[in-house]
Amino acid sequence: MGDVFKALADPTRRAILDELTDRDGQTLFEICARLAAKHGLGSSRQAISQHLDVLAAAGLLQARREGRYKFHHIDTTPLEPIVERWLRKGSK
Amino acid sequence: MMRVNMASVLVDDQTKALRFYTDVLGFKEKTNVPLGEHRWITVVSPAEPDGVELVLEPDEHPAAKPFKAALVADGIPYTSFAVDDVQAEYERLRGLGVTFTQEPTDMGPVTTAVLDDTCGNLIQIAHLAG
Repeated sequence: MGDVFKALADPTRRAILDELTDRDGQTLFEICARLAAKHGLGSSRQAISQHLDVLAAAGLLQARREGRYKFHHIDTTPLEPIVERWLRKGSK
Repeated sequence: MMRVNMASVLVDDQTKALRFYTDVLGFKEKTNVPLGEHRWITVVSPAEPDGVELVLEPDEHPAAKPFKAALVADGIPYTSFAVDDVQAEYERLRGLGVTFTQEPTDMGPVTTAVLDDTCGNLIQIAHLAG
């Protein structure tokens, strides 16, 4: 499991998670198009693909194959320990 | 001066493709003649019967299928068509059972959606904002 904090440290990777929150389950094409059109990010498809790998290694993203297509989904499970550790501490 | 008069899509089955591009997408058959072991089939938009012809080209070259499959896996449409209203067209085509890999999305200057042509290609439909 990769480092969640390292995965979140990059603005492009945070933008990817923002877009997947807007609509979950996107192709690589849609993610690239949204980053270019809505965030002005001109990263190559390969660079975005590598960002997706980092997010997946940190458990923040899951790729799902559906027939001939591949869709990417956000997974916020790795963020829950952060909430437990700091945000919910006082209420225990 | 040169003009663009034809564009091609590589299809896995010309008969199935002709049906999809006419009955479902709404293009009109313009040419359909035997040519070698296949046919020379083109369709046009009813809005521009003398405009650019779309050639339904067999994808039997060995390089064509892996090329198409790789594009589809990443959700990449190699061909784009203009529509007046992406959302309305999306709903019409969904009603006809068409699969979309990208629902209508506001991409700044354009609104786009991506559909599967059932012949091994993803197709983008788009309209300019405003």
